Amino acid sequence: MTKLLDVRDLQTHFLTRDGVAKAVDGVSFSLDKGQILGLVGESGSGKSVTGFSILGLVDPPGRVTGGQIVFDGDDLVAGGEPMLRHLRGKRIAMIFQDPMMTLNPVLRIDTQMVETVRAHEKVSRAEALRRSREALVQVGISSPDERLQSYPHQFSGGMRQRVAIAIALLHKPDLIIADEPTTALDVTIQAQILSEVQELCVKSGTALIWITHDLAVVSSLADRLAVMYAGRIIEEGPTAEVIANPRHPYTRGLIDSVPQGKRHGAMLTQIKGMTPSLLNLPQGCKFAPRCPRADDACLVEPSLAPAGADRSVRCVHPHDEPPGKVLAP
Amino acid sequence: MIVYLVRRVGQSLLAVMAMAILVFLGVYFIGNPVDVLINPEATQADIIATTERLGLDKPLYQQFGIFIWNALHGDLGTSFVYGRPALEIILDRLPATMELALVALFLSVGIGIPLGVWAGLRPNSIAGRTIMGGSILGFSLPNFWQGMLLILVFAVLLGWLPAGGRGETTEFLGLQVSFLTWDGLTHLILPAINLALFKMSLIIRLARANTREVCLQDYIKFARAKGLSGRRVVLVHVLKNIMIPVVTIIGLELGSMVAFAIVTETVFAWPGMGKLLIDSINLLDRPVIVAYLMLTVLIIVAINLLVDVIYSLLDPRIRLSEMKA
Amino acid sequence: MTQVGISTPVRIDSPSRRIAKEFLEDPVAVIGLSLFVLVALIALAAPWIAPQNPYDLAQLNIMDSALPPGETSFGTNMTYWLGTDQQGRDMLSAIMYGLRISLMVALISLALAITIGTVVGVTAAYFGGRLDSFIMRVVDLQLSFPAILIALILLALLGRGVDKVILALVIVQWAYYARTVRSSAIVETRKDYIDAARCLALSNRRIMFRHLLPNCVPPLIVVATVQIAQAIALEATLSFLGVGVPITEPSLGLLIANGYDYLLSGSYWISLFPGIALVVTIIAINLVGDRLRDVLNPRLQK
Repeated sequence: MTKLLDVRDLQTHFLTRDGVAKAVDGVSFSLDKGQILGLVGESGSGKSVTGFSILGLVDPPGRVTGGQIVFDGDDLVAGGEPMLRHLRGKRIAMIFQDPMMTLNPVLRIDTQMVETVRAHEKVSRAEALRRSREALVQVGISSPDERLQSYPHQFSGGMRQRVAIAIALLHKPDLIIADEPTTALDVTIQAQILSEVQELCVKSGTALIWITHDLAVVSSLADRLAVMYAGRIIEEGPTAEVIANPRHPYTRGLIDSVPQGKRHGAMLTQIKGMTPSLLNLPQGCKFAPRCPRADDACLVEPSLAPAGADRSVRCVHPHDEPPGKVLAP
Repeated sequence: MIVYLVRRVGQSLLAVMAMAILVFLGVYFIGNPVDVLINPEATQADIIATTERLGLDKPLYQQFGIFIWNALHGDLGTSFVYGRPALEIILDRLPATMELALVALFLSVGIGIPLGVWAGLRPNSIAGRTIMGGSILGFSLPNFWQGMLLILVFAVLLGWLPAGGRGETTEFLGLQVSFLTWDGLTHLILPAINLALFKMSLIIRLARANTREVCLQDYIKFARAKGLSGRRVVLVHVLKNIMIPVVTIIGLELGSMVAFAIVTETVFAWPGMGKLLIDSINLLDRPVIVAYLMLTVLIIVAINLLVDVIYSLLDPRIRLSEMKA
Repeated sequence: MTQVGISTPVRIDSPSRRIAKEFLEDPVAVIGLSLFVLVALIALAAPWIAPQNPYDLAQLNIMDSALPPGETSFGTNMTYWLGTDQQGRDMLSAIMYGLRISLMVALISLALAITIGTVVGVTAAYFGGRLDSFIMRVVDLQLSFPAILIALILLALLGRGVDKVILALVIVQWAYYARTVRSSAIVETRKDYIDAARCLALSNRRIMFRHLLPNCVPPLIVVATVQIAQAIALEATLSFLGVGVPITEPSLGLLIANGYDYLLSGSYWISLFPGIALVVTIIAINLVGDRLRDVLNPRLQK
C-alpha cells in the first residue's frame, strides 16, 4: 500500500541577517490514508514550519531548501506553486492556531466559504452556498443560514474555529494539517472540537497531522507520534508505545512534565535549560546540553535509527527500561 | 447608525461654528472692521451705509449675530475689486478647482494604490525600492517646486504641453469643464499631476505599509491555504483590508487638496478659487478672502463627515459597534 | 536623551551612544547628516564666505543683469558661477543668504512650537479629564484643516514679515507636538512610577517635567525631524505665494518666486538653483529623520 504522504529529509531554512536559521533540518516521516499523526514539540522546534512547508506556505525569508514531500505520488517540492495551488484547500486543507486571526475580518462568512468552493470547482454560487451550509451543519453550527451572513467578529472563538474547520472540510480533503487548533480555546470547547475532528476524520477517512505542544491532547487522538526538537524528529512511533515507554530523554522529560491528576503531591520534573537558538545550535546532539545522560559520545549527532518494532529514536543513549521505575523518586 | 450620524453631523456643525467664530474674531476684533471690510477708496457715504448694514456700531455679540445671519443667507460681503457679492465670485471659480482636485484625486488613487500594494508585496525588489524612493521625493519636495520642474521640463524644454491657463472648456452637466476638450485636457494634465503627486506619495506609503502589515496576518495565509489564486488573495483579501485606512486618508486629503490647489493654481495660472484667493490677498480684497475661508471650511468639514460615514460602511466592526452605541 | 533606552535596560552602552552608533550604521543617513551639516554651516557663515553681499546695492552692477551661470562680471572680473538675477545679483550669494533666512525661520518656529506643544501636551496628559478633552478637541479641530490654509489666512490678515511667518508656523505646528507629547505621556501616566511619585508628594510640575517629559523625547524627536522639513517647505511655499517674508529679507522661496517669471523666457537659473538648494536641504533632513525614526522606534528593535 502506497503512503498518502511521504516527507523525506525536508530542509526549511530562514535566511536572516544574522545567519541561516535551520528551522527544519532533515525531517522525514510518512502517513497512510486516514492515519492521524501527532507532531509534538516546544515552540521553535520546527513543527509548525514543517506543516507550512508541506503546503508551500512558508513566509520569506524562509524557504524549503531541500528534501522531498511526496503526496499521493507527486513531489510537491519539485511541483512548486502551480501544483500546490490545486492541492491547497482541495486535497490538503489546513487549520490554524488562532481562530481570531484566520478569518478575514472584513469579509462575510459566506464570501469566505463560497470562494473556497469556487477556487477549485466551477459551480454556481447557489450550489457553493448549499455546500457551505452543509459543511457548517457538519461541524455542529446551528442556524447556518444566519451564520453565513455574519462577520467573523460576531462569533465566539470556538465558533470561529468550527467555521475554519468547516472551510477545511468543504472539499473533503485527503489530508488536514491542524496547527495547534485548540490551543487558543477554552478547555471544554477544546474537548468538543477534538472529539468532533476525530469523528469527522474517521468517518471520511481523512488523514490528519495534528501539530501541538500538548502531549495530553494528542495522546488520545493520534495513531502515531513524532516528537520534534530543534528542527529534527527525535523520536517516532505508535502513540501508545511512545507514551508508555519513551526512548529519548527529551520525550521522557516532556511526558514527566505533564501533571498527572491521579497522584496528588507527586513532584513534577522539569527539563533543565532552554531550547537552543536556531542560529546557535550546539555541536552533535542538539539536546545534549540539557540531557542528564549526555557524555562525550553525544558530540557526534546520532541519526534517527530504528528502535524496536515500528519505532525509531535519535539518541546515543536511549532509555530501554519501562519508565515506571524511573519515575518513582 | 442614525444616532451615530446625528452625533457626527452635530460635531461637524460645531467645527464650522468654531471656525466662523475665529474668522469673525480675526476680521472684527484684531483689525478695524471698517478698514477690513470697507473699500479703502469708498466715499464717506458708502462707509456710513456699510457700517449700518453690518451693524459695526453695535456691540460685538450683535455684530456676530449679523455676521452669522448674513452668512446663512449667503451674504459674505461684496468684493471691492469686482463690486459683486464675494460668494458669487468664488462659486464662479469653484468648478475649475473641483475639476482639478477630482482629477488629481483620481490620479493619485488610481496610480498610488497599485504602486503602494506592489511595493508592499515585494518590499525588497528593485521596483519596490524605486517606488518608495520616488514617494519620499514626492512627499518631501515642496509642491510649487515640483510644479515648476514640470513646467520647465514639459512646457519649456520639451514644449509638449502648455505652461498655464485652463484652455478650451465645454459644458458638462451645466458646468464648464476642461477635460472633455483636447485643448482643455492638455492644459489640465500638468496641474493635475502636480496636485496629485503629493497625495500619491502619501497613498503609496500608506498602502505599502498596510499591505505589509496585512500580508503577515494569519487570514492571508489561511486564504492561500484554501487554494485561492494569488490574484484573488491580493484583490479581495488584502485590498479590502487596506481600503479602510486608505479611504480615511483619501477623504481627509481631498479636503486638503482643495487647499493645496491654491499652490498649484498659482503655479499654473489655473483660474480656480485658489488663484482667486492669492489675487485677492495681493489686492487686499478682504470680503473675498473671508468668503473663501468660510466656503473652504464648509467643504472640508463636509468631506470629513462623508469620509466617516463611508468608513463606517466599509468596516463591519466599526459599523456594528457604532450601531450598538 | 538619557532616558531613551528605558525599554532595554540591559545594555553596557549608554542609550544615546547606542542610538548614535546605530544611526551611523546606515550610509544613506550619514550622507544626509553630512549634507545637513554642510547646509547649516553655509547658512551660518554666509556673510563671511559669500562672494558678495547681495543686498548691498553698491556691490551690484546692473550691467550684469541676468547673466547665465559661469559668466564673468563686466565690472569686477568676478565669476558668477550660478548666474545673476535681473538686478545683476550673484545667485550663489543670494542663495547663501536665502538659506540663512529659511533655516532661521524654520528653527525658531520649531523651538517655539515644541515648547508650547510640549507644555500643553504634558499638561493635558497629566491632568486628564475635561482639560484634556478640551485641549484635544482644539488640537483635532486644528489638525482637521490643512496647515497651508491656516498659515495663508493668518498671513493674509497679518501681512508680510519674518516675525509674522514665524508666528504662523508656530500656530500651525504646535498641535502636532501637543498631540505627540500627550499620547506618549498618557502611556507613562498609567505606569506605577508616576503613582509612586505622587505618593511621595512631589509637586505636579516636578512630576510632569522631570518624570513624564523625558519619556516623550524619542517620539518628539521623530516628529520634529518631519516637521522641520515641513516648516522649511511651508515657509518656502508661503513666500513663493507672496505672503511670506518681505522682499528685503528673501528666503529661498522668495528667490524662486522672483525668478519664476523668467523661467518661461529661458532664464532658468534664477529659479532653479535656489530650488535645488531648498530641495537638498529638505532631502537631507528627511534622510536623517527616516533613520532616527528607525533607531528610536522600540517596536522595530530586535
